[in-house]
Amino acid sequence: MVKAEQVHKRFGALEVLRGISLEVAHAEVMCLIGPSGSGKSTLLRCVNHLEKINRGRLWVDGELVGYRQAGDTLHELPEPEIARRRAEIGMVFQRFNLFPHMTALENVVEAPIRVKKVSKGDAKERGRALLQRVGLADKVDEYPARLSGGQQQRVAIARALAMGPKLMLFDEVTSALDPELVKEVLDVMRRLAKEGMTMIVVTHEMGFAREVGDHVVFMDGGVIVEEGPPAEVLDSPREERTKRFLGLVLEH
Amino acid sequence: MVVAVLIVALGRSIATNPRFNWNVVGDFLFTSRILDGLVLTIELTAMAMAIGIVLGIVLALMRMSQSALLASTSWGYIWLLRGTPVLVQILLWNNIAALYPSVDLGIPFGPSFVHLNANSVVTPFVAAMLALGLNEGAYMSEIVRAGIISVDEGQTDAAKALGMTRLQTMRRIVLPQAMRVIIPPTGNETISMLKTTSLVAFVALTDLLYSAQLIYATNYQTIPLLIVASIWYLAVTSVLSIGQYYIERHYGRGSAQETAPTLLERLRAGLWPRHAEVEPVERPRLPEDHR
Repeated sequence: MVKAEQVHKRFGALEVLRGISLEVAHAEVMCLIGPSGSGKSTLLRCVNHLEKINRGRLWVDGELVGYRQAGDTLHELPEPEIARRRAEIGMVFQRFNLFPHMTALENVVEAPIRVKKVSKGDAKERGRALLQRVGLADKVDEYPARLSGGQQQRVAIARALAMGPKLMLFDEVTSALDPELVKEVLDVMRRLAKEGMTMIVVTHEMGFAREVGDHVVFMDGGVIVEEGPPAEVLDSPREERTKRFLGLVLEH
Repeated sequence: MVVAVLIVALGRSIATNPRFNWNVVGDFLFTSRILDGLVLTIELTAMAMAIGIVLGIVLALMRMSQSALLASTSWGYIWLLRGTPVLVQILLWNNIAALYPSVDLGIPFGPSFVHLNANSVVTPFVAAMLALGLNEGAYMSEIVRAGIISVDEGQTDAAKALGMTRLQTMRRIVLPQAMRVIIPPTGNETISMLKTTSLVAFVALTDLLYSAQLIYATNYQTIPLLIVASIWYLAVTSVLSIGQYYIERHYGRGSAQETAPTLLERLRAGLWPRHAEVEPVERPRLPEDHR
């Protein structure tokens, strides 16, 4: 579903990604872990072209992300085409990024109506069903400011799902939540994984990575240090850096 | 207390001083010449603001675009129009025929379909409307830009990630939120425009103030007629302020803050601000704070 080959990303002089190669299979859940500043969020943002890669190749579902190849050179796609491809990839953010001037339901139906041109009635019906699925049937008409962090994040997941994505990207979605609200969001993601959604999850929740992840990738300094099944990477890491990171994360 | 006494004294003086000629004010408040002037003033204000707001949005988007040509064009426009007196601009537009005697509509450098005489197209009203509107656009663009900058970038990320195009993101997500920042200064601009329109007397347009001046030029009732004009300016300003309140409330929906109280509600709550109603209290530090 997703394939990266020697992906490089620079912000000015700072090289954030220094040759990332990985592959995510259909219906696989890949968890990206690593210290902050390791480039895992940037990698995620490259997958739907919110960031442009400087070197390498990145494919989603067999299509190059953001570019068209002509011979040996890459040409950036026109904006509507980039938007069309993004519409097939759902993304959930650390700080929710719900649209504050719209109710929960309006947040969920906005893109289906504007982008996919679904009729208002159909979009609302499906939106209500999605909000019910994430346990928010009674919050349909609330504005985000009146919802808890966990509720907002579940609306954000419903909003992404409303586009019927073939791939979901989760960017530290529980990092801004109070501890008691983390579980309700992880439960929704757990169920999504069980239903066969392809997911890339940047997370600090090692328990979630172990339980739900099919594949864990540990990144540090813009490179992949170690990867493999969760049991291997999390319980018996080979690399010194992985051991040190897990030691710091797990002892606290 | 002192303030209250002074207000009463001033009010009494204004009401009883015979030289205010309040009966003349009453006579002229609803005369057709004044009302016609008022209508012209309102028309000019509305059209100039409409031009200004649309142009302001376009200029702000140009200024923020990645294209250096668009950005610098917008910058240059703002520099030129903010840097010259609006009165000069009104006069220039009124004399545009001296520069361009005719207007041709058609393919640039190609055949023209419509040939117009500049003097018949750019009447004093059109000149005033264009000058005020184009000038307002320069100011509005900075207000719009401030509003757009104030919207969190995560909003654009989220909209893009959903597959919305740049235009959809701007129209549906960014601008409605920017409105909360854009509306209050735009209200200011509108009220300011209402009064700036009085400059059109220089191109012999009989707006509210000029109508009053024409009347007192013949009957010498200068003060009462200036009061007549002022009463109308105040009345329109009041209506605009109320309108602004409701527009602000509309765009404030979903915000965590409760909507601002209306002036009436505040009057009911008491004319004087109550000091020390809420003393700030230092919150004791809890162990959770250190986590």
